[in-house]
Amino acid sequence: MTTSVPMNPRRFIATLAEPAAQPRGDAGWVGYVWALGGWAMVTIVETGFAPWLGLVGAVLAYLLMAALIAARFGPRPALLAAALSAGMLGYLLLLPASQETLPRGQIVAAAAGLLGTAAVVAYLITDLRLRALQAASREQRAQALYAMSRELSSALLPEQIADIATRQLDAVFQSRVALLLPDAAEQVDVLANAAPPAFVLRRELAQWVYDHQEAAGLGTSTLPSSTVRYLPLKAPMRTRGVLAIEPSDPAALQRPERQRLLDAFTAQIALALERVHYVFVAQEAEVSMASERLRNGILSAISHDLRTPLTALVGLSSALAEPQTLADDTRRELAGAVQEEALRMSALVINLLDMARLEVGRIRLNKQWQVPQESVGGALRASRLALLQHQIDTALDDDLPLVAFDAVLVERVLCNLLENASKYTPAGSTITVGAACTDRDLCFSVADNGPGLVPGSEEAIFEKFTRGQTESATPGVGLGLAICRAIVEAHGGRIWAENRPDGGACFCFTLPAEPPPQMEE
Amino acid sequence: MISMTDSQPSIVIVEDDKHIRRFLRASLEAEGFCVHEAETGRQGLIEAATRKPDLMILDLGLPDMDGNDVIRDLRNWCNVPVIVLSARNQEAEKVAALNGGADDYLTKPFGVPELLARLRAHLRRHQTASCAAGEAEFRLGDVVVNLVERQVSRHGEPIRLTPIEYRMLTTLIRNVGKVMTHRQLLVEVWGPSHVESSHYLRVHMTHLRQKLETDPTQPVYLVTETGVGYRLLR
Repeated sequence: MTTSVPMNPRRFIATLAEPAAQPRGDAGWVGYVWALGGWAMVTIVETGFAPWLGLVGAVLAYLLMAALIAARFGPRPALLAAALSAGMLGYLLLLPASQETLPRGQIVAAAAGLLGTAAVVAYLITDLRLRALQAASREQRAQALYAMSRELSSALLPEQIADIATRQLDAVFQSRVALLLPDAAEQVDVLANAAPPAFVLRRELAQWVYDHQEAAGLGTSTLPSSTVRYLPLKAPMRTRGVLAIEPSDPAALQRPERQRLLDAFTAQIALALERVHYVFVAQEAEVSMASERLRNGILSAISHDLRTPLTALVGLSSALAEPQTLADDTRRELAGAVQEEALRMSALVINLLDMARLEVGRIRLNKQWQVPQESVGGALRASRLALLQHQIDTALDDDLPLVAFDAVLVERVLCNLLENASKYTPAGSTITVGAACTDRDLCFSVADNGPGLVPGSEEAIFEKFTRGQTESATPGVGLGLAICRAIVEAHGGRIWAENRPDGGACFCFTLPAEPPPQMEE
Repeated sequence: MISMTDSQPSIVIVEDDKHIRRFLRASLEAEGFCVHEAETGRQGLIEAATRKPDLMILDLGLPDMDGNDVIRDLRNWCNVPVIVLSARNQEAEKVAALNGGADDYLTKPFGVPELLARLRAHLRRHQTASCAAGEAEFRLGDVVVNLVERQVSRHGEPIRLTPIEYRMLTTLIRNVGKVMTHRQLLVEVWGPSHVESSHYLRVHMTHLRQKLETDPTQPVYLVTETGVGYRLLR
């Protein structure tokens, strides 16, 4: 609908016929009364008080009055005023007592001219008012559409879209609305966790609409007796669902501009549904790419880091299996090496499996109230072989409370940190295990006085498959710290590493500490 | 293999993997044990019934029966000590087996020395009809527990234990060398209504360690079996 084309005359006459097209909703009779009054006033003024106005003045005065009446009350009262004025003009001028004697033709022409001009003025003013009204209502519709678009643009779930659609369409169209979306089997239905529809839905009709992508119900050729209209929500890629709308005033919905507005709204809803769908698709793609990357990482780690011990095992065992006699010492040595390599492989496989299990994202924590000192003791005992060549100190606070965590997993974290400390520091170094409690967290620390961390690598070492030094001879697949982080973060804690001011590295992690239960003796 | 002499203790191995059975048989026979093998749970029960072994090694990952069902079945008519073999990260499985009647567990992969140590401890316990409970005294390093007089002392200095702590200690002494699950300890010390309050156990164990161990944070005797329970080592 453009604004620059003026109303055509046929339309003007139509507006005269339709009371609904009046600029004002006033009862028409008020306008007529005013028209009468205005005409009377001008007549009195002109004949009684200002006879010097003359013909021209009288004509212009009547014209002005008619224009004002048209502006205020619309074309019909104005035309009444004009007709009366023309009549009066003619009458007055034809009176024998008239001041000016004019030929009859001129009088008729003047009256006709007045009437015609008044009609044109009324027409122009009506057109202007109508256009102003249309512009106002278009602006209103645009605002409504904008408001809904803005709300829809922040929706992230189909349920939110359904909620927004219901509210907005109710406000703009005074209708009750339900959104039916397709499931995996292309069957449309109301969303499970949306509010139930406030009216009776004919699901088979909605399904037909979805399948045929055509509107049905009220105001269409398919089942027009229904009180509900079903519209397909057509988005650029495909139809995204069905909108069922039950207007409280069915006739109002039939009007062309309401239909067009409804179409604009449904297009927006369909677009929003499509956007949300593709956001979901993109997220899924992201997740599957991440798991693909991890799978590749694991495969390459397995092939690289397990090949070495496997080579050793195959070689050692084949040497042991040789029929020629080896010295007992040699046999013992080879057998010992087999055991060592096998244990190393076992540790690697354990790490890989743990990481894979933790990665799935469904770590089930067996949280119970634990004594922190006990976990430290357990970890030291479990890692005692790795720590044989190191000096161990403990610095545990005296009054540590009970803290809820998964004992097996947290002991694993402590063991990993202890074994790391032993691997990356020279024999004879001191490793200190500490535990302290603030009012919010329990903080464990494993610190050493070895060479410390490469500055800048404090974050990166917790990534999967990274190692402190690249291409080092120390065995390990680089998962230990990543596993620690996964476990700590699953508890809602934090793990970090820093270099100590006096040299050496310190690894700390926190676990949230809630108030422990009361204990009866 | 039929046992030739009564003095040779016999062991039934219930394990479906051939190579594991192989190395178990080899190491146990080298130590003088008489070994019978079974590949499935049902076969294991039959061997236990017919051979009347002194100990059973039971793998929990058997193809035909759940390990716990084997234990339950066995315990209906037999008191033989059972050591279960279980995988890592299967604490729940181990605890269920122990609560169901198994005496100890070994986590795969394990070494032969570990196995032999556990095995001997349980054979000793079982063979001596009077276990530590019959002894008047029990020593944990410098600490002497006089079970008759119900007194605990170190270098002659008495150590005060609360009744709960004493009960915990004597329960562990009665089962020395054997792992006790949280549930078993809670039932013995507090009674059946407290089986869910494992933090009680931990707190009292901490106190006990502080009183009896040289370094309470790195205990030598009162040892934690994480996720499972506690064990008193001799």
